[in-house]
Amino acid sequence: MKKLKYALFTGCTAKQSTPEQYISTFAVADKLGIELVELTEASCCGASHLQDFDDFLSLVLNARNIAYAEKHGLTMVTICNTCQLNTAMTKHRLDNDAKLKEKVNVKLREVGLEYKGTSNVIHFLYAIIDDFGLDKIKDMVVTPLSQFNIAPFYGCHNIRPSELQNESHKKAENPYNPTSLDDLIIACGGKNVDYEAKNKCCGFHVELQAPKTAAVLTGNAIAGAMDGNADWMVTPCPLCHLKLDTQTGHASEAIGREVALPVLHMQQMLGLALGCSSEQLGLKHHLEKVDFI
Amino acid sequence: MSTHKITTQKVNFKVFRFNADEDYLPYYEDYSMEVTSEEVVLDILNRIKWDNDGSFSYRRSCRHGICGTCAIKVNGRATLACKERMNDMIELFGHELTIEPLSIKRAVKDLIIDKGDFWAKHDAIHPYLISDVQEHPEHEHLVTPEEAEELLEADLCIQCGACHYACPVIEINEDFFGPAAFAKAYRFEADVRDDAHTQRLVELNEEKQGIWDCVKCFECQEACPKDVNPIDKITKLHQMLFTEGVATSNVATRHAVGFKHSILKNGVLDEGGLVLYSEGLGIVKHIPVALRMFTKGKIVPPWGITKSDNLDEIQKLVKSSSTAKF
Repeated sequence: MKKLKYALFTGCTAKQSTPEQYISTFAVADKLGIELVELTEASCCGASHLQDFDDFLSLVLNARNIAYAEKHGLTMVTICNTCQLNTAMTKHRLDNDAKLKEKVNVKLREVGLEYKGTSNVIHFLYAIIDDFGLDKIKDMVVTPLSQFNIAPFYGCHNIRPSELQNESHKKAENPYNPTSLDDLIIACGGKNVDYEAKNKCCGFHVELQAPKTAAVLTGNAIAGAMDGNADWMVTPCPLCHLKLDTQTGHASEAIGREVALPVLHMQQMLGLALGCSSEQLGLKHHLEKVDFI
Repeated sequence: MSTHKITTQKVNFKVFRFNADEDYLPYYEDYSMEVTSEEVVLDILNRIKWDNDGSFSYRRSCRHGICGTCAIKVNGRATLACKERMNDMIELFGHELTIEPLSIKRAVKDLIIDKGDFWAKHDAIHPYLISDVQEHPEHEHLVTPEEAEELLEADLCIQCGACHYACPVIEINEDFFGPAAFAKAYRFEADVRDDAHTQRLVELNEEKQGIWDCVKCFECQEACPKDVNPIDKITKLHQMLFTEGVATSNVATRHAVGFKHSILKNGVLDEGGLVLYSEGLGIVKHIPVALRMFTKGKIVPPWGITKSDNLDEIQKLVKSSSTAKF
């Protein structure tokens, strides 16, 4: 098979509050023989908030990020669900509206760039599943996670709006019954926990303005995983991870029940199965201690 | 003559049953049925009632996806029973289907719910044109096709409640207006004939009903059977608050605007800086968690942030492409 190569849009969180996600992304890519070209020119995607204030500016900035992936002639891979949403949404809107695309390009040309629409935008999870393949992952597992019940937490912006998200990857995901992360858990040798909150919202985006709502949603998610007898949770989204890993105090208080579980990034889970070390996966950065390896 | 062949397949249904006058707790009744490829979900409800149990209760009326009466949930997915084809449901969920009301805690009898909260919020946004109509107008009040398009199909809403009861915030914050009411508010805010423009926006902007409290989960967009796309309308309302000068300085508006400042300065986001800009003095409540994060190497100080390469490009674009002010 030809070596897989992608343009990596890390987003801001992986370089700041979830450093373990940044290093484990490269550790896993290395194990799988995937080449990642980091888009160091990329700006913040606006995190689904900037467009509430200035929609056009948000479009221009996201189009610029994609334009850099296009310059490399590579598919853009994201490692944050919200980066995926904002980038894919921008692509969708520009690819379906020639006037808007031209309006954005007028601005981009001022800095010598152009958005063409030639690069696809996919989350790393789907790059692994669609392009690399779960069968090959299964063959490469050296440390099967067979003693663990693992609760998948999908994160909204990888599965909704389904019409948009399913444009970018091959296997259409049912937002009411997503399976990609479950499939990855099984490929890693683990047991997937089925629970109601797995495709629900973690509350991240209202943590500042509606802390109670945010805390209840986080609490419900962890409680659901605990009731499903999970040993730990896994998520493809660093924003969900921040909620689930760092906000257990507020979450417990909000739902009137002590909740806490170790939460791994999708890359860390895969890395464990592939034989990466604890250091390569940055496990020391977690607030909810990862002490089972 | 049509060559279309009708096929059947066996489906097992778990159907929510509850009578608020008699039952202490709800229960589920099992039905196993041969389902034909021509049937919609409402046909199944009718067959349960007509062939099995006449006491089974649900709302139905037009059978054409217009009246919004028959919205229920199938395997957790809000759906208009009269519009949803059984074949699609089987394709999506397989042959084990659970039929429930839109909101279990609001169940009155079986699939019938008390939609009182939905209607109260719907009414609160003044869901009608407010216009000083002259008794003897001298000319028609014309709306151009371009102006009509600004409604972005928000006028297609049939008040079925699917998005409202799919919204996770509704279950937590009883004051939250919800996606249907906000989308309806947009429908009139975007109407050039409406004169209540700023006044309605000012009322919407009151903190209690939570125009800024949408969690951005897109459940409403997924649930809407008429493709109204409520979350898109909530975003439009946010933008209107800024363009009409109605937005007040609060943690949510500063949060949205803060991204622009951070991008202008670093290209990337300064996470700590954004929280400080949004919260002001309120940042103190985040200190205990921030300290724990700091000890785990999760907080990068402003001077430690790796700025985007070609930052001058980003700065130029932020200056030339900005369309909003605050």
